[in-house]
Amino acid sequence: MLCDVCKCNDATVFLTQITEGKMQKVNLCDACSKEKGVQDPTGFALADLLLGIGAAEEIEKGAPSQKCPLCGFTQADFKKTGRLGCSVCYVTFAEGLGSLLKAMHKGTEHVGKLPQRAHREVELDDRMRALNEDLQKAVAEENYENAAALRDQIKQLEHEKAV
Amino acid sequence: MKFANLMSTGGEWLRGEGPHHQIVSSSRVRLARNLKQRAFPGWAKKAERTSVLELIKPRVEELPEMQDSFSELLQDLSALEKQVLVERHLISREHAAKSVGSAVIMNRRQTLSIMINEEDHLRMQSIRSGLQLKSAFKLVDKVDSTLESKLDFAYDAKLGYLTACPTNVGTGMRASAMLHLPGLVLSDMINQVIQAVNKIGLAVRGLYGEGTEAMGNLFQISNQTTLGEKEDEIVSRLSKVIETIIEKEHDSRQMLIQKKSNTLWDQIGRAYGVLTFAHAMTSKEALNLLSIMKLGIDLGAFPEDRRLPIDELFIETQPAHLQKSSQQKLNAEERDHLRAQIIRERLRVFPKPDITKLAKESENGSAPEPPTNE
Repeated sequence: MLCDVCKCNDATVFLTQITEGKMQKVNLCDACSKEKGVQDPTGFALADLLLGIGAAEEIEKGAPSQKCPLCGFTQADFKKTGRLGCSVCYVTFAEGLGSLLKAMHKGTEHVGKLPQRAHREVELDDRMRALNEDLQKAVAEENYENAAALRDQIKQLEHEKAV
Repeated sequence: MKFANLMSTGGEWLRGEGPHHQIVSSSRVRLARNLKQRAFPGWAKKAERTSVLELIKPRVEELPEMQDSFSELLQDLSALEKQVLVERHLISREHAAKSVGSAVIMNRRQTLSIMINEEDHLRMQSIRSGLQLKSAFKLVDKVDSTLESKLDFAYDAKLGYLTACPTNVGTGMRASAMLHLPGLVLSDMINQVIQAVNKIGLAVRGLYGEGTEAMGNLFQISNQTTLGEKEDEIVSRLSKVIETIIEKEHDSRQMLIQKKSNTLWDQIGRAYGVLTFAHAMTSKEALNLLSIMKLGIDLGAFPEDRRLPIDELFIETQPAHLQKSSQQKLNAEERDHLRAQIIRERLRVFPKPDITKLAKESENGSAPEPPTNE
């Protein structure tokens, strides 16, 4: 990747700034980063100076008119506030958020604490998936006795999930 | 518990008995949580915020950790009271700006503070003296587990805990420690340290002011990312980095004693002189001079039993605390005058700096050289 300023050296300094929900990225080589005084990544105000150079890349995916079905939040609201409207917004705006989160965080998937409830849901989902796979196999093998037993187990599990 | 009772005692963390308390004044861990199917506080209408508050507040108040607690709606606190809580780091600046639909609940020891309807529905923070991030996490994690059995938190199998700001999604955790680093500042090494720490995905900022402008030589270091790393991994990574910074701080103090002892005695003597005799003092000057006094205690120039009054002055000389103690609103000039007066009174029976112990150390010159491999 080439430096956005001199366009000749390889970029080694990658600045990401999120202002009012817009993510902007600037890539600089060593020399240009020193020249621009970008040594201390906490001095993020510096990114403002740099963003005028036309290298800004905005993350804006999905239709701009898209609205969250639960809270009525829009892409424009996110750009204005940098915050989301509710937890369902994470699904509504998943596409645009994906790259934003990737740039912001160490990873793209949560590996930490699971709430007990979610823990149970994940477990039930896993069991359900396994049972469904077995059922498909049993049907394919025309093992109907086994399939009937599996179907009963799935029904039982669905009942458990609903509780 | 009344506000006055809460304020009459300093937080437990202030008494500083935790590990490395000379350098690490406090460790904090906060978790952000939200309810499912509810708009986040910044987007919710007043009625919805209030209904979320009514749902969460009783659950928080009945926590065993909150048996002896202070619980108040934000609209019932005066602007000054809110500011006092901010100066004690018990609520955030953002939360202080809230009114109807928000609340704060904290225990008497001021080791656990829970904000309702800040940026997220729940912000739970635990505070410990010294470097105790692990135990701070343990406490807040326990509270989270209790609340989670009664409240339905917004959670996604892939993204973890869902928060109003995407920067907190995943663990919703921010672990931080407040570090007093006069040695690194006086020896011009602080920027190197800040840069190195930033490179590994952690954030350092001045507690009051940024970079080398940090007043009182106080810095806050915290994790920057919340997605893709386990809570205990973040906490132990942060703790290790802080231990390294503590070592560097000790090294730079040794270096100052060895090579710049005159500057050091001069600074300590001047801090003592000005604080003891000045009649007007800005918040910035007070923080910087108190920091040098604190360093003086660490180095043995003042007796150890004088540590608490100095630590307390860091907080008591903040603008809202001054006005609270004087029971009236003061302009900047009046505050500077009162600040100097409070400090003078506190230092009236303070012994003069004794540098004999220090001088001996610098004569011996046996301390190790500071590392140069930075």
